[in-house]
Formats: sequence, C-alpha cells, structure tokens
Amino acid sequence: MMFVPGNNPGMMADAHIYGPDSIMLDLEDSVTMAEKDAARLLVYNALKTIDYGTTEMVVRINPLNTPYGKKDVEAVVKAGVDVIRMPKTETADEVRELEAEILKVETEIGRVGETQIMAAIESALGIVNAYAIATASKRMMGIALGAEDYSANLKTNRTPGGAELLLAREQIVVAARAAGIACFDTVYSNLDDMETFRKEVELIKTLGFDGKSIINPRQIEVVNSVFVPTEKEINKARAVIAGIKEARAKGSGVISVNGKMVDRPVVLRAERTIALAVAAGVISEEEAL
Amino acid sequence: MKEASAGTLESGDILIQIAPAQKGLEIELQSSVAAQFGRQIKTVIKDTLEGLGVDNAYVKAVDKGALDCTIRARVTAAAVRATGKDVWKD
Repeated sequence: MMFVPGNNPGMMADAHIYGPDSIMLDLEDSVTMAEKDAARLLVYNALKTIDYGTTEMVVRINPLNTPYGKKDVEAVVKAGVDVIRMPKTETADEVRELEAEILKVETEIGRVGETQIMAAIESALGIVNAYAIATASKRMMGIALGAEDYSANLKTNRTPGGAELLLAREQIVVAARAAGIACFDTVYSNLDDMETFRKEVELIKTLGFDGKSIINPRQIEVVNSVFVPTEKEINKARAVIAGIKEARAKGSGVISVNGKMVDRPVVLRAERTIALAVAAGVISEEEAL
Repeated sequence: MKEASAGTLESGDILIQIAPAQKGLEIELQSSVAAQFGRQIKTVIKDTLEGLGVDNAYVKAVDKGALDCTIRARVTAAAVRATGKDVWKD
C-alpha cells in the first residue's frame, strides 16, 4: 500500500504506474489545514476520472471529530473509493460512527455497502482495543499499525530493530486473524537505508502481516521480493495440495511429502502460498488449479 | 465574491486565481502546452465555473501540465474559497 499525498496531483496521476497493490491517497497528516479543502477536491476528481486499473484505492480521511472528517467521507464515498482508512482509531464506537457516516452518503447515492473500512491503530488504547476495533463493522477489511504516533504515545522512539513495536505488531496480527480480516504494517521512512527496510519487511512477514505500507515506489520491489513466493515455494505448495487431494480421495487426512508429515496447517499454508502467487501475478488462476 | 486562489506551480498542477468581474467569464491562460491544449483547458475552466453558478469572474490560470480532473479540482477550490459556498454538506 503506497502512501501518496492528497494535495500533489503529479504524484496522484503517476502512482499506479509503479504497480503497487493499493494506493492510499492521504487527506490527513500530509495535507496542511489551509489545503484540506483543495486536497479533498483533488482526491474526489482524481478518483472519479483517473483509471487506476485493478489497483485498490484507499483514502486516509481526517478524524471525524475534526471539521474535515465528515466532508472527506462525503467526497470519497461519492467518488467511489474502495476503502476508507480511518486514522488514530482507538475504540469500536469510532468505527461505528464512521460506518454510519458512510451509510448516510451511500444511501444518498444508491451505492449501499460498497465502501470498506481500514482502521489505523496508532495509540496504546487502540492496541488494547484492537480486536474490538477489528470486529466493529462488517465493512472492516483490515487494521494497520501507525508506528510514529504509537511510539510517541508510548513515550519512546522508533529504533531500527523495532523492539518498541513488537507487542503492537503481534496484537494487530492476532486481532486481525481472530476477526478474519487483513493486517498491514507501518511505513519505514528512511529511503536511504534499504537494508534495514528489507529486514523490517522480513520481520513483519514472519509475524504474519499481509503487507507493508510504503512511502516511495523504490520500496515496492523490496516488499514484493519478500512477500511474493519463489518458484521453489510454489512447487512445494503444489506438491502438498496435489498430495492431500490424492490422500482425501483415498479417505485419509494426513500424507507425507518428501518425507515430511503434511496435515491441515501445512495444507492451509500451501493454499496461501498459491493464493499469494496468483495475487502477485506470478502464476495464473488456471495454473493454480 | 472575493479574490481567491488554489493550486501550485508544481509539475502536473495548475494555479488558479479568481477575482470578481462584472460581465461574464474572462480567462487568461499561461501554459507551455497552450498551442495544443489551450482551448480545452479554457473549456474545462469555463464549464466548471458555470456548473458552480459562477458566471461573472476574472480567472488567471498558470498551467503546469495539469490533467482535466486536476483543473476541475483547482477551479472548484478557488471558486469555493472566493464565494464561500462549499460543495459538500457538513
């Protein structure tokens, strides 16, 4: 998910060319208060006009308790955004309040139920309430960590190893998995240190995250190289799936592939590997069957 | 209506300055692509203002290669700032 400032038309026009899975146009922190009105109009007109293809379009709105939040909701829902990213989410009630605002606009334009919600969790209270937030609405498609505000709220600093974020990251993955939705890690802002960025992407993949927020197209390749399954992994997953299909046909739930026991969790991982490979365009849907 | 502006001089953007006028819309355009797209840019500006009910105004536009959707957004922002009439409800 690539962050793009909502008041920069040049970047907004070109962002999808680099092939991110999703683009998040930002109306919040990257836009000054004096330009909130202009950015909202830019994002509205861009979403209505620019062909972003299959790229998932997300807009980070301003909090509803600011003078900008409700207007942001009206604009982006009317423009047909896929996902609204809610910043600084701390409670399930805040999600329900946003849901009500979305429904109001959707009802007006006859497009009920189309807008999804992603909640960014950026405080200790938000982390404590992560599962309640993740399950607050049927529109919830994911939760994400906002690490700058979170570490400031914890009264600490961000470090290259990310020790200060460990509990928050694990809590977000566990809450998302328990709720059956996606989870996304925070941004890494130092574009001159791609080695630490890669380590961070490897760490968050190991923790279970579905993806990483990025701030520059240069970071896409690193994220894809960590998340996209290799040919070896795909072949192994295929062998597992083929093996379990054969075993099930014979009435058994457990098989052995290359001398290792394969049971349900291994099959689930194999299916996820194939799904990721299809999503990344490494193999086609037909090849996955 | 009062004087107002929106947009920037960055690549891909357009700076729109709008001021009150007595008779109709007068649009002054500076653009490196004026020869090819000048008429189209002025049409987008005119249509956007008329859609907002702004029929009398002087507009100075400095284009830096903006897409039509950017022109519409910047003209609308300048008009809203000039008239005080927002396009959103709350």
